[in-house]
Amino acid sequence: MLEARDITFRVGGRALVSGVSASFEPGRLHLIIGPNGAGKSTLVKLLARLLRPHEGRVVYEGEDVRHAGEAELAKRRAVLSQLIEVAFPLTVREVVMMGRYPHFGGRPGAADEEIVDELMKFFDVSEFAGRNYQTLSGGERQRVNFARVLAQVWRPVSAEATARPRCRYLFLDEPLTFLDIRHQIEFMKKVRSFSGAPDVVAVGVVHDLNLAARFADQIVLLDRGRVAAAGPLAEVLTAERIREVFGVEPTFVPVEQSGVHLIFD
Amino acid sequence: MTKQTWTRRGLLVALSFATLLVLAASIRYGAIDFSIPAIGRALVSLLPGQPEPTLDQRIFLELRLPRAALCLLVGASLGVGGALMQALFRNPIVEPGLVGTSSGAAFGSALFFVLGGALHLGSSLWSLPLAACLGGVVSTYLVFLLARSREDGRASIVMLLLTGLAVNALFMSAIGFLSYIARDPQARSITFWSLGTLSGASWRAVEVVAVSTVAGTAVALRYAKQLNALMIGEEEATYLGVNVNRLKWVILSVNVVVVAVATAFTGVIGFVGLVVPHILRMMGGADNRFLILGSALTGAMLLSLADLLARLSLRPAELPIGIVTSAVGVPVFLLLLRRRQYVF
Repeated sequence: MLEARDITFRVGGRALVSGVSASFEPGRLHLIIGPNGAGKSTLVKLLARLLRPHEGRVVYEGEDVRHAGEAELAKRRAVLSQLIEVAFPLTVREVVMMGRYPHFGGRPGAADEEIVDELMKFFDVSEFAGRNYQTLSGGERQRVNFARVLAQVWRPVSAEATARPRCRYLFLDEPLTFLDIRHQIEFMKKVRSFSGAPDVVAVGVVHDLNLAARFADQIVLLDRGRVAAAGPLAEVLTAERIREVFGVEPTFVPVEQSGVHLIFD
Repeated sequence: MTKQTWTRRGLLVALSFATLLVLAASIRYGAIDFSIPAIGRALVSLLPGQPEPTLDQRIFLELRLPRAALCLLVGASLGVGGALMQALFRNPIVEPGLVGTSSGAAFGSALFFVLGGALHLGSSLWSLPLAACLGGVVSTYLVFLLARSREDGRASIVMLLLTGLAVNALFMSAIGFLSYIARDPQARSITFWSLGTLSGASWRAVEVVAVSTVAGTAVALRYAKQLNALMIGEEEATYLGVNVNRLKWVILSVNVVVVAVATAFTGVIGFVGLVVPHILRMMGGADNRFLILGSALTGAMLLSLADLLARLSLRPAELPIGIVTSAVGVPVFLLLLRRRQYVF
């Protein structure tokens, strides 16, 4: 369980996120939507503890993560961002192996190698394992990065003697930007299959409302740094709210796969 | 990975052998050549109960040998410093000399030399390298301070290089000023720091530089994985569990110590730190564990080679090694740059 408790984050006196409270249960896919400048990306960065809120707390399973160690946190929290540039020529396999960095000290162990192989297969990048990442296309790169990020939290967090089994946290910070429609759908399907695990908390930002409608279990609608609505799709995405927050006129078209498709005017 | 690990391991082994070969040549040839039996006899004369070493043997033991050792260590220091700076800035065009570390360290040493004489400061084994470190810290910090943008506090690579250029010029002219006001025998020693030479090698220098090189390389290797993570960006590295701010401080400090201590005993030797990691990256990829170890070896080997050249080209006189490394390093670097298109 992940909770935001009344969090506020400011830059230069302006609140990008203000007084946001929300809870995200494991086993479901939570997607954050909202117009440009609503604070979606900032909220994800706060939840993932890249940023720390000025007020309020971000709580992972009852614990404030403000002071959690960077290395310890990385064992159970992974974040996929937009396209990533690599400064030097690295092979695809080396990039994917980075996802295992939090889990080994000096050199990767057998389990790390195994997970990397598994994920390269899962994302269909095994064939260019030895290729230079810099020579890949945008879609290929993002597949490699997704393999890297999932490698970080692929296996359940090992339960130490004292602690109860802990959740794994996956954040998606607008990962679909620059991807074509086929890759967008493929990514979302894989995210969904991963986020179904009972110990996985998955929270993402997407721009496309239809994509959110198709894949989200829960939706958080942000508007100017505040939560406008949160809950299941049908409750959040009403015609009135869409009009109010996005300033467009929606038409709901019933379809088979997701129940509803939106057309805007 | 496994295949690449083997190639890298092979490369490191080959480099070690090459370094040993160069070392062998550099202790044999010079103003006087020593045959292998003569080298053996000189080493044997160190054993207890042996007759006093002859003059030739003493030249070998007290000049040639420490010089070869210092050369290896300084080369390793500069190579590691270059690898670290390039990893930290995520840019293959940076080296310790370019961000002011070397010239600041040289100025610190020269200033200590002048003031120490004038004020009769006690000079222990560590005071000169300490002065060099202080100089290196000041100049490196100055470059970063001046290169930072006013808006977001970050330094672009172009600003960094240009500021480095200016700060280098400043410290070099400060060294020039010191040698101008100093009296003659002192003045000539001061130019030593701006040209770079290994002629002042002694076993004491070897001891000090050995400590900084070995310790610096060991610390750097511990952070190799974190430097790798930095290759995909600061934010991403944070997500992978790296404390980026601490990493920056550690790596900058290691770089300043390693490069400044070397500079204290040899003066400014440019382009080793720039060219060495570049060559290695082309041969074995960008993994920092490999790059740091490889740069230590390659730096040691190339600097020994350069020193051999410096000693043999004008026999029995010698060239300052900084001239040799620049003369060889600059064209090699330009060639590398043109062959591989780096955008920065």
